[in-house]
Amino acid sequence: MTDPILSHRFPNGLVLVAEPMTSLRSAAFTFLVPAGSVYDPADRSGLGGFTCEMALRGAGPRDSRQFVLDLDNLGVERGEAVTNAHTGFSGATLAESLSDALAIFADLLRRPRLPADQLEAARLVMFQELRAVEDEPAQKLSIELRRRHYPDPWGRPAQGDQQGLEAIALDDVRPYFQRRYHPDGTILGVAGRFDWERLKDSVERLLGDWEPGDHEQIVERPSAGRYEHLPYDSNQTHVGISWSSVPYRDPDYFQAWGASGVLGSGSSSRLFTEVRERRGLCYSVHAGYHTLRDRGGVFCYAGTSADRAQETLDVMLGELGRLAEGIEAAELDRLKARIKSALIMQQESSSSRSSSIARDWYHLGRVRTLDELGRVIDELSSESINAYLAEHPPGDFTIVTLGPRELEVPVGVS
Amino acid sequence: MEFHSRTLPNGLEIIAECNAEAHSTAVGFFVKTGSRDETDEVAGVSHFLEHMTFKGTPTRSADDVNRQFDELGAHYNAFTNEEATVYFAAVLPEYLDRTVELLADILRPSLREEDFQTEKQVIIEEIRMYDDQPPFGADEKAKAAYFGSHPLGRSVLGTVQSIRDLPVDGMREYFRRRYSPGNIVLAGAGRIDFDEFLACAARCCGQWEQFETSRTVEPAEPHEGFHLIHKEIATQQYALQLSPGPDAGDDDRYAAKLLATVLGDDSGSRLYWELVDPGLAEHAGLSHGEYEGAGLMMTFMSCDPEQAADNLQRIHDVYRRAETEGITPAEIQQAKNKLRSRIVLSSERPRGRLFALGGEWVTRREYRSIEDDLATVAAVTLEDVTAVLAKYPLSRCTTVTIGPLKDL
Repeated sequence: MTDPILSHRFPNGLVLVAEPMTSLRSAAFTFLVPAGSVYDPADRSGLGGFTCEMALRGAGPRDSRQFVLDLDNLGVERGEAVTNAHTGFSGATLAESLSDALAIFADLLRRPRLPADQLEAARLVMFQELRAVEDEPAQKLSIELRRRHYPDPWGRPAQGDQQGLEAIALDDVRPYFQRRYHPDGTILGVAGRFDWERLKDSVERLLGDWEPGDHEQIVERPSAGRYEHLPYDSNQTHVGISWSSVPYRDPDYFQAWGASGVLGSGSSSRLFTEVRERRGLCYSVHAGYHTLRDRGGVFCYAGTSADRAQETLDVMLGELGRLAEGIEAAELDRLKARIKSALIMQQESSSSRSSSIARDWYHLGRVRTLDELGRVIDELSSESINAYLAEHPPGDFTIVTLGPRELEVPVGVS
Repeated sequence: MEFHSRTLPNGLEIIAECNAEAHSTAVGFFVKTGSRDETDEVAGVSHFLEHMTFKGTPTRSADDVNRQFDELGAHYNAFTNEEATVYFAAVLPEYLDRTVELLADILRPSLREEDFQTEKQVIIEEIRMYDDQPPFGADEKAKAAYFGSHPLGRSVLGTVQSIRDLPVDGMREYFRRRYSPGNIVLAGAGRIDFDEFLACAARCCGQWEQFETSRTVEPAEPHEGFHLIHKEIATQQYALQLSPGPDAGDDDRYAAKLLATVLGDDSGSRLYWELVDPGLAEHAGLSHGEYEGAGLMMTFMSCDPEQAADNLQRIHDVYRRAETEGITPAEIQQAKNKLRSRIVLSSERPRGRLFALGGEWVTRREYRSIEDDLATVAAVTLEDVTAVLAKYPLSRCTTVTIGPLKDL
């Protein structure tokens, strides 16, 4: 039995969701603020990331040095991430430091200094990140694949682009912060060792009178889709293939997820077996599920020497075709075994639980407990997955390659 | 938590830190062999052999091995570095026996010629993959420049050529010598019944034949110098600086780690404020690496190529200032607070404990509990850290830089 999930919605819309893990000495938290890259104006791409970087540069009584120093002294291991939908601030520390750490982050969310004299430093940091991706071909490929897979703005990369980052001024950052950092839509996930009543009181004190804001409509434009080759003078060619699938909250999600797992997750998966083990075509090959709130996708990747890239693409496409014919019970059993042990091991990490429960709340408006997930996984069968695959065979692929030469994509595939 | 250790008659050591409250168990074979134990004729063999162990045994095909790990729901992998090759898995406690049995079996691999030739291609892909990612290559090139002909300067991956040229017999001979049970430690952490664990190990590994094996530890003579490697395709410029530090057997290593935290941690360190916060570098950090008979202080920096020369000067100035003006008690306290929290957080999962436990035993035949580590860090003084900095000045180093610049 796992511990029950506790949750509380404050009148201003902020949701606190928490899972006690009494065997741990730590506590971890994740704030999901509704300031994702989908809200970046088209000519200010990267504004959400830029604002996050600025928000870390001092808040409330602390300048940027004191901010970092105090968190360091509390032993907070922290991280920030901007995704399509959110700006996330997370941290893990010893249980006794949790409420002090939350107080510092409450200042960041409500009283950041967004200091004018740090604007250029923040811009340089953003440029550094943009440049770093250029030396990571697999990541570069994955950014481009997402961009072409999802309708704009859902595929937009959070890191922005050179032009957008150059154009951003303090007069963009401050209004963006005012518009996007508000309690309605913000989710705070906490997991580990804590006292629920004390936690709720301290969040009430810190964030209870945070003023709600307005909502923005997202205007979508169709994705670019199809095949794109990015010339790159590398040893390897990187191959990315994706197709659309259902989101996490869809009743069919676990059927689709199970099929993608059999295809490309684990070393007995079909892609690993056929592409790497049988043919030695590559070191890295896998498929993974990615979900937004309203749509999702399966994303496959392989990196291989340029002269073997065509064969790799052909073998991968062959496996995608074969997946439509169905999976075997033994394949699903292996996936189940791995996911069930992963679920149990999640109980040993406050960080991973705090982000999981916050994300669950965003997708579902509630949390699937580890016990519930275990039951859902148990109920999956090869028959139910095959019925789903018969109705929804992988197809209509988006393909991106990156390397010295373009590949041939069979007609009708993408 | 309880610690146990035992040695089988063939020399295999079995250790475990048993925690009845853990949800899972992590187990690993730590083989005391790596690139420093290789010769030119078999350059890259340790890492290649790590791949080959998953390619089958007299009773299992490669598919069986992959399938069975997945059936156990194991989160498993292996890695090779200069001094060790480690095979590990995290599983639910009820699968511990079957996991040890599977890991033990693959540690007596068939090393079939046909699999060897197929896997060569995978290794070559791995080398090419890293070659496309400049920071990875830079690491090995910096160690090669620093250690010169000393075995610690050898590449873990080898080169495309050395892998192509490697004969299967060379690997078989290397395996026979280096994978002798006396050169291996089986470690476990998490929910474990030690008697059962020991019985399982004896059953699975008791018949392993023992060979004479040893490691020659020669003193390392660091080579100072500056090396520029031109890489047209790179967007950023990368720099690594290596200088001596306390080795794996030296008690000063804790002070060295605190020093590295003060000067070059990811957040709130001197290099962070000098280079990362103002956006002058994407990354700038200092870490301490320890080997048998040699220790290293390693600086890593990545940035816009135009900024590289200025950044290297700034790093030099940060180090010089620390050497001449010292560091403050507040900085030591900040570093201790961070390390304390990291030790606790990284120990919450059995797999986190496994690497600490196995690593300690392989290098020092020593057990250190979480409390031991916390107490040792707490006891380091400002004087200890200052003494380490005086003994191992950071401003004299070997620099390797890789990126689009043609000169620097």
